[in-house]
Amino acid sequence: MDISFFAAAVVAGTPLLYAILGELITEKSGQLNLGVEGMMLMGAVIGFKMAIITGNPYLALLGAMAAGGFGAIIYAVLTVTFRANQVVSGLTLTIFGTGFASFMGQGLMGEIVPPDMKLFFADFKIPFLGDIPILGQIFFNQGILVYSGYLLTIIAGLYIYRTQIGLNLRAVGENTAAADAAGIHVSLYKYVHVIIGGVLCGLAGAYLSLVYIPSWQENVTAGRGWIAVALVIFCKWNPYRVMMGAFLFGGLDIIGFRIQKFDIHISQYIIDLLPYIVTIVILILVSVRKSHSGSAPASLGVSYFREER
Amino acid sequence: MVNISKSFGEIKANDNITFSVNYGEIYALLGENGAGKSTLVNMLSGVYTPDSGEIYVHDKKLRFSSPGDSIGSGIGMIHQHFKLIEIMTAAENIIIGQKRSFIIHRKKLKKTINSISEKYGFKTDPDKYIYDMSVGEKQSVEILKVLYRGADILILDEPTAVLTPQETEKLFTILKKMKEQGCAVIIITHKLHEVMEISDRVTVLRRGEVAGTVNTSETNPKELTAMMVGKAVDLSIDRPAILKDEVMLEVKDLSLIDRDGIKKLNRVSFNVKAGEILGIAGVAGSGQKELCESIQGLERRKRGEILFRGEDIARLTPRAIFERGLRISFIPEDRLGMGLVPTMNIVDNVIMKDYYLQKSLFLDREPARERAEHIVKMLNVHTPGIYHPVNQLSGGNIQKVLLGREIDANPDFLVTAYPTRGLDIGSSHLIYDELNRQKMKGVGVIYVGEDLNVLLSLCDRIMVLFEGRVIGTVDASTATKEDIGFMMLGGKEC
Repeated sequence: MDISFFAAAVVAGTPLLYAILGELITEKSGQLNLGVEGMMLMGAVIGFKMAIITGNPYLALLGAMAAGGFGAIIYAVLTVTFRANQVVSGLTLTIFGTGFASFMGQGLMGEIVPPDMKLFFADFKIPFLGDIPILGQIFFNQGILVYSGYLLTIIAGLYIYRTQIGLNLRAVGENTAAADAAGIHVSLYKYVHVIIGGVLCGLAGAYLSLVYIPSWQENVTAGRGWIAVALVIFCKWNPYRVMMGAFLFGGLDIIGFRIQKFDIHISQYIIDLLPYIVTIVILILVSVRKSHSGSAPASLGVSYFREER
Repeated sequence: MVNISKSFGEIKANDNITFSVNYGEIYALLGENGAGKSTLVNMLSGVYTPDSGEIYVHDKKLRFSSPGDSIGSGIGMIHQHFKLIEIMTAAENIIIGQKRSFIIHRKKLKKTINSISEKYGFKTDPDKYIYDMSVGEKQSVEILKVLYRGADILILDEPTAVLTPQETEKLFTILKKMKEQGCAVIIITHKLHEVMEISDRVTVLRRGEVAGTVNTSETNPKELTAMMVGKAVDLSIDRPAILKDEVMLEVKDLSLIDRDGIKKLNRVSFNVKAGEILGIAGVAGSGQKELCESIQGLERRKRGEILFRGEDIARLTPRAIFERGLRISFIPEDRLGMGLVPTMNIVDNVIMKDYYLQKSLFLDREPARERAEHIVKMLNVHTPGIYHPVNQLSGGNIQKVLLGREIDANPDFLVTAYPTRGLDIGSSHLIYDELNRQKMKGVGVIYVGEDLNVLLSLCDRIMVLFEGRVIGTVDASTATKEDIGFMMLGGKEC
């Protein structure tokens, strides 16, 4: 294995990073949104379409974020306002997003991202940091969206653990009744963070269609949204662990191509299975031992109604 | 509060209630379960909105549409079920929902909390996690939370329900300090002696209406009880003599190690005679729950023998015990978790224990319906009907349904854990009477309790547990509260 493998793992892990962060923030508010895959697809297709139409990378990303956010709003209205079942609503959102992407993606098949936009997303070296041996080559010779991913992770960590709003957010997810009794506007917190989560998922999708592939193909996410949902558990709802989870699975994602180079004959299908098998193993390991820190927000998936007896 | 009314579905919880509280006063709201005390203060704290009526604070008319509004006007509520987040520290819990600063300054925060603690005499470590705390400590955090916000109207909903006598004593000292500082304190309770001890004025609620307001110094427990229940009640508990000298249940060297490898029971041995009530006392978590569940057959990881009329039942499941014709009834601590299915109605809850004895494909609810009606009548359960979901009943009525079902099964042996927890005087005495009735029938009874006065007057013998060990067994007719209190803390029999 050479350094380029690890650098590629970071690239492959970046869409996961955004999606995991998005779902993590959503779950911190006590909402389990299983629509990650759907919101990613919505972001991917709208981002790509905006890129083709406008040729402007900012508009493309903005479009993707809006699309993901829009999906999240649908989910939030259903689950927060109407207190619909969260699991069913999330699954519905995924089905909706898949259909939405197929529909909007008609005629985009085979299109590629405009060259000047590729330039915008191209790798560049960060001064000083990029010169660190090995680590610099792996982490600091990347594209703009990879760097913003690092930054977002750190911001999310500070936000959740160091600010008053972050504390309130955790309170909502842990014990909604307690948060409500403390005067926190529960629905507002839920809405805002579900939508932030959707925006990040949209961004994750756009990264796939605009940077990773970068052309349009049906089902660009290929189950990454589901892996992201599982990885939130792997990361134990801690934003600082998200990078580790994302890049580990980024590595698993691309390991197949690398193994072929070494002339090792393992069925491609087995290798493709790897991320999913590891996900299952991790879920089992995580659920065996429960501790106080590192478990799910206690009110996760439970709808809240103040006057319920 | 003026002319407040509130209904839940068909149940009218509060009907035209008016009361007022002054600063520098401790004010008690007294009433039986389901009298509407909690509902009333929940409206004051903004959790519920009244159907009609007005709320004035400082002579200003206010409308609370959320708890935030209520907090803003200086009202602090300490709920019966603590609203704390287990995985956070005391300090974090205290500042939840605050708007003072964007970034959390931990050091400054700690200082502020410590200075409040000092002022009122709390001993709370701001960095301690809630899950590591005892019930008393948790309550301190709840009160600190309210004080940190600068609330000057404090509402405590059944604050002593889960406290040990010592903790209650501490709480009352703190409340008196608050009163001296000029706070208005509202305390909701159904314990008469507490009202007499701490309050200045008391309003009695009965079935959602005000039964009367009196100055505490001008009244006595008898009068208050009469107001609460609507008639004079005898407050003494009978203790009929044991009929025969026959050992019914014998436990030998029972040990239990839980999943985390902690010894919950350590070589526990005792016996219960037919027609005897054996009381079990101990600080919460001394192994009472594990002991009850072992006898019932719910715990598998145990060692030792449990002889029921000479037959070892230690390895049997609850159903296997039932099928051998041994009727052991169990009234668990966690009524809605283990005892009943909260969303099902009374009939369906009654049928659960023996539905599988029916041979037909479909359930015949007729016998269960008759039994449900019988239970409702026998124990005077307040319910809109036997087809009403049990979780919509008040705590006392839920307990009555559970007790009714277990007694209706004609048990040979009855294990009860805190059967009167959260129950008012009227319901509690109903349950004591029922236990005595079972005793007269020759049923062996285990009564796990926390109120030492009740243990001493109801039980024949009292066994004290400490950290899973039997510290000693005393004769209830000669022992004193102090003896038992001493043993509960691990001291040997004196």
